[in-house]
Amino acid sequence: MTTYYSEEHEWISIEGETGTIGITEYAQNALGDIVFIEVPEVGNNYDKGDEIAVVESVKAASEIYTPVGGEVIAINESLESDPALVNAHPETDGWFYKISISDKDELDELMNAAAYKAYIDGLE
Amino acid sequence: MMNKQGRPTDINTAASLSPESFTTHTGNRGLEQDELLIYEIGDTQRTGVDLEDLPVFESRLCGITRDNEIGLAGLSEPEALRHYTRLSRKNYAIDMGLYPLGSCTMKHNPRINEKVARLPGLADIHPLQPISTVQGALELMDRLAHWLKTLTGMPAVAMSPKAGAHGELCGLMAIRAALDKRGENRTIVLAPESAHGTNPATAALCGYKVKSIPANKAGRVDLRALKDALGPDVAAIMLTNPNTCGLFERDIIDIADAVHAAGGYFYCDGANFNAIVGKVRPGDLGVDAMHINLHKTFSTPHGGGGPGAGPVVLSEALAPFAPVPYVVHGEDGFALVEHVTGGGDSFGRMTAFHGQMGMNIRALAFMMSHGSDGLARVAEDSVLNANYVMASLQDIMTLSFEGPCMHECLFDDRFLEGTGVTTLDFAKAMIDEGYHPMTMYFPLVVHGAMLIEPTESESKQSVDQFIGALRHLVAQAKSGNSALFTGAPYLAPLKRLDETLAARNPVLRWRKED
Amino acid sequence: MRYLPLSPTDRSEMLEKIGVTEVNDLFKDVPEAALLKEYVDLPAHMSEMDIDRDFRAMAGKNIPAGSVPFFCGAGAYRHYVPSTVDHLIQRGEFLTAYTPYQPEISQGTLQALYEFQTQVAQITGMEVSNASMYDGSTACGEAVLMARRASRKKKAILSGSLHPQYIEVTRCATKFTEDITLINPPNIYLADDLIDQIDEETSCVVVQNPDFFGNLQDYTKLAEALHARKALLVVVVTEVVSLGAVRSPGAMGADIVVAEGQSIGNGLTFGGPYVGLLATRQKFVRTMPGRVCGETVDADGKRGFVLTLSTREQHIRREKATSNICTNAGLCTLAFTIHMTLLGEKGFRHLARLNHAKAVQLADKVALIEGVKLLNKTFFNEFTVELPMDAAEAIERLADMKILGGVPLSRLYPDDPDMKNRLLMAVTETVTEEDMDHLVCALKELIK
Repeated sequence: MTTYYSEEHEWISIEGETGTIGITEYAQNALGDIVFIEVPEVGNNYDKGDEIAVVESVKAASEIYTPVGGEVIAINESLESDPALVNAHPETDGWFYKISISDKDELDELMNAAAYKAYIDGLE
Repeated sequence: MMNKQGRPTDINTAASLSPESFTTHTGNRGLEQDELLIYEIGDTQRTGVDLEDLPVFESRLCGITRDNEIGLAGLSEPEALRHYTRLSRKNYAIDMGLYPLGSCTMKHNPRINEKVARLPGLADIHPLQPISTVQGALELMDRLAHWLKTLTGMPAVAMSPKAGAHGELCGLMAIRAALDKRGENRTIVLAPESAHGTNPATAALCGYKVKSIPANKAGRVDLRALKDALGPDVAAIMLTNPNTCGLFERDIIDIADAVHAAGGYFYCDGANFNAIVGKVRPGDLGVDAMHINLHKTFSTPHGGGGPGAGPVVLSEALAPFAPVPYVVHGEDGFALVEHVTGGGDSFGRMTAFHGQMGMNIRALAFMMSHGSDGLARVAEDSVLNANYVMASLQDIMTLSFEGPCMHECLFDDRFLEGTGVTTLDFAKAMIDEGYHPMTMYFPLVVHGAMLIEPTESESKQSVDQFIGALRHLVAQAKSGNSALFTGAPYLAPLKRLDETLAARNPVLRWRKED
Repeated sequence: MRYLPLSPTDRSEMLEKIGVTEVNDLFKDVPEAALLKEYVDLPAHMSEMDIDRDFRAMAGKNIPAGSVPFFCGAGAYRHYVPSTVDHLIQRGEFLTAYTPYQPEISQGTLQALYEFQTQVAQITGMEVSNASMYDGSTACGEAVLMARRASRKKKAILSGSLHPQYIEVTRCATKFTEDITLINPPNIYLADDLIDQIDEETSCVVVQNPDFFGNLQDYTKLAEALHARKALLVVVVTEVVSLGAVRSPGAMGADIVVAEGQSIGNGLTFGGPYVGLLATRQKFVRTMPGRVCGETVDADGKRGFVLTLSTREQHIRREKATSNICTNAGLCTLAFTIHMTLLGEKGFRHLARLNHAKAVQLADKVALIEGVKLLNKTFFNEFTVELPMDAAEAIERLADMKILGGVPLSRLYPDDPDMKNRLLMAVTETVTEEDMDHLVCALKELIK
C-alpha cells in the first residue's frame, strides 16, 4: 500500500484502484478541535481538484479538494457522530472517503512521505 | 427589657471568612444568583395571564386541530418577572459601562427615543391601515429620509432594509439591476481584505464572485492593485469608509473615479459612518450606494443582537432601481408606492410591509435631538476619544497603523509576544476589570487584532479609567502574570465556555428527560 | 448637548495629549474639498421636551388601532401584550447589550434565546429552531434558499395562497441566485394541484397555514408527495397564535417552518420591527441561516449557553455562508419569549381558542348582512368576505366613521379584478362584541 500527499495536506493511500483519503497530522493540528465534517455522497463523481468535503473547527471552515478524480465508493460514517476521530487518528481511523480512481496518472503530481515531510518542514 | 432589634451592624465583631472558602446551600453568591430554565421552574399548568372565558361558538377548524400537548412551560407573573430580571443581571450592557467593540458603535441609547416609539399613534398602527389614517407615520418616514439624504449628500434613500446586511443586499441588488438594464454582464465584485464578512456573502447572493484587494502598508486599499483589478467584468467595489482598521481611505475619490471610469459602481459599507456624520458627505466622495446602520450611528438599541435597520442611500443613477415601498408626496398628503408598476425599474420588494418603523422613530429622535451641530460633534468626539485612547496606549501596545485614526483604533498582538497571553486571553481579562472586550481577531489584515471604539458617549473620566485598566493589564502580561489572563474571566457569572463541545454535539433546545 | 459628556476643558486636554491643536487635525486624511466647512442644512439640536412635543404631533395624525374597532390582519395582528413584557425588555441589561459574542457576560441574552428556540420548536412541532430572522417574509425567502442547500435542487414552488408580499420578497431574494421560483396565481379557494407540479428538480413547495385568505389546510399528503421526491415542505405561518389551536406544521410533515412571530410579545408598529421564526429538523441544522444558541459547560462544569455552529455564518464562511444575515431580531425575540412564558401552555391554547371563537362570532354576524358573502369554510381568526361594493372604498368610508374594518385585498392585488370587492377581516382577543356590532351596523349602512 502506497501513500501520497498533497500540498493541501490531504493523504491518499492506494489499494488497487481504490484510494482512501483523509487529512494529515499537520492539517488536524493546524485546524484545532474539529467539530464537524461534511463528507461527499457515495456514488457521486468528482474531478481532481473539486471541492469534495468540508472540515469545520469552532471558528473556521476549510474545504477539502479531492487529490484525485473518480467515483466516491465509501464514506467514513463514524465521523458524523465522532468528528474528534480526525484529531485523534487523522491518518488511520479518521479517513474521510474512498474513491475509485479514474486516472492513476493524477497520483504523479502528489508527494511521497519524504517529500511531504520536507514540504511541511519548509512551511515552519 | 432592652430592645435588641434594629441594631446597627458592627463591622468589628463580624467573623471574617474568605468568600472562596465556603459554598452556599443555593449555589448563589449574594447578589449573583443562579437561574434555571423556565422549563425547570414552571409547568404546563401555570400561567401569568388571565383571559376571558370562551363564548359559545361552533368551531370552523374543521378537524385540523392540535390534539397533542405542546409542552410550553408557564410562569405566574411574579415568577416571570423575577426569572427575566435575574437573567438580565448576567449581561454586560452599555448602561453599565464602556463597551469598546470596534465597528459596532456601542453608544448611549437615550430613553426619550424609547418613550416616543411607544406613543400609541406610532406603536399601535397597522401597516395596512388606510393611508389616510397613517399620515403622521408617513411624514415621519419622509422626515427621516430627508435627514439621511442631507447628511449623506445623496438624492434618494430606500427605507425598507431591515438591517445592515439587508441594506448591503439592497444596494448590491440595485447595482445588479442597473447593470442588467445596461445589458452588461459583469461578474466580479471587488472588496478589500479587511472587509466585513457580510460583503462577500452579500455579493454571492447577487450572483457575483468576490475578488479580494490587498491593503497597503498604511492600512488602506492598495490603489495600484485596485486599478489593476478593474476592468469590464467588475460590477462594483464594496468598500467600508472609514475602513475596518479605523482609518479614512485617503484615496477615496481616486478610487471612486477609477471604478466609475471602468463602468462599475461604488458601494460604501456605512458601518463606520459615525466617524464622519455631519463632517463629510459620502455623496461628495463618489459613493453610489451606502447603507446606514441606524443601530450604530443613530443609536437605536442593539437589544442583544437586534432588531437593526439599514436604510440605503442611492445616487441618481441607482435611484430608479430602489425597492418598493417608498413614500411619495401625493395630492392629499403622503402616499405609499407599494407595487412595482409595469415598466418600472424597481428591483422588487425586500420585506413585507414598510421596514423597521420602530427603529426609524428612535433614529429620527436621536438625530433631531443632536441637530446638525450636535451630529458634527458626535463625529468629532468619537474621533477625539479614539485618538486619545490611541495616544495613551501606543507606548505599550502595538499600534497596527499610524494615526490619526477615526472613531476606532487598531492594535495587534505583537506586544504580547513571549508573554504566553493571546489576544483572546487579554480580552477575557478585561471582563474581570469590568469591561466588555474590544473587537478581536477582526479585521483579518493584522495578527491578533484588537479594535477599540470608545464612541462619543464616554466622558474623559471614563476613558481615562479604561486606559488605566488596559495599562495595568499590559503591565501584568509583560511581568509574566499569565494566569491572570489564561484562566480569565474569573469574576464573571461563568468561566470560559466550551465552544467545541457546543459545536460538536449541538444541543439547541431543552427537552424533557425521559 | 445632553448626550455628549466631553467638556471644552476635556477636549483641549485630550487634543494636547494627542499632540494636535484642533479636532479637525484628526480629519487630515479626509480630502480637503470633502470636509464640510459648515454644518449640514438641517435644524439645530432640540431639547427632550421639544422632541416629545414634535413626535406627539406626528403620532396625533394617525389613528391608533386601540382607539377604534379594529379588524386588520393580513400578516400583522393586534394582540394584548402584558405590561410585564415591555417592562422587562426595557431593562438596560437587555436593551443595551450587543450580540452575545462574549458568553461569560451575556448569559442573560443567551439563556433567553435558548428558551426562545425551545418554545419555537415546540409550537411549530419541529426539532430545532434558530435564534430568529428579521421577520416572517424574509425568513420565507431564506427558507427557499435553505431548501436548495438541503435538497441540492433548485426549483421552489410557491402556493398562490401564500401572503403576496411573502411571494414578492421570496421572488426578490432569489432574483439573482441560481434558484428558480414557480409562483402560482392567487386562489382564494383551496388550491391543491401543487402535488402535480412536483418534479425531479423540485427543492420545496412553500405553503401557508392558515393561508393568506384565512383558510386552513392539512398538508400531510403534500408532505408525503414531496418526501417521495426528496423535496422539502416549507410551511409559513403568519399568525403564530393559530398554533395554539391548529395542528402544527411539524405534525403534517413539514421540513422547514417559517413564521411571523410578531403576534406574541410585539406590537404592530406600522410593520416592523417584527420577529421571524425558522424551525426545522435536526438533520438540516447545518444548512440553516442565522444565529443559533446552544448548550455547553464552562471551565468549572457549570451549564451555560453560547452562540454555536457559527461556521455557517458570514463572518467565517464569507461568500460561502448560508446567508448574509448578521443581525437577528434580538429584543423582539425576548419580547416573544417573555410573553409566551407568561401565557404558558394553558394561556397560549386558551388565547388561540378565544381568537377563533371571536372570529366565528364576527363571521356569523357578517354573513347575515344582506349582500355580504363569507368565502371561507374553514378559518382561524381571519377570513375573507365579498362585499357588494369596492372593498377599498368601503374601508375608507369605515375609517371616516372611526372603524378600521380590515384589509381590502385590492391593496395587495391591485391588478386583479376578482379581488376588488374582497375584504380580509381579522379578529383577535382585543375585539369586543360591541366593536363587532359597530362594524356590522356601519357595513349595513354602507351597503344600503
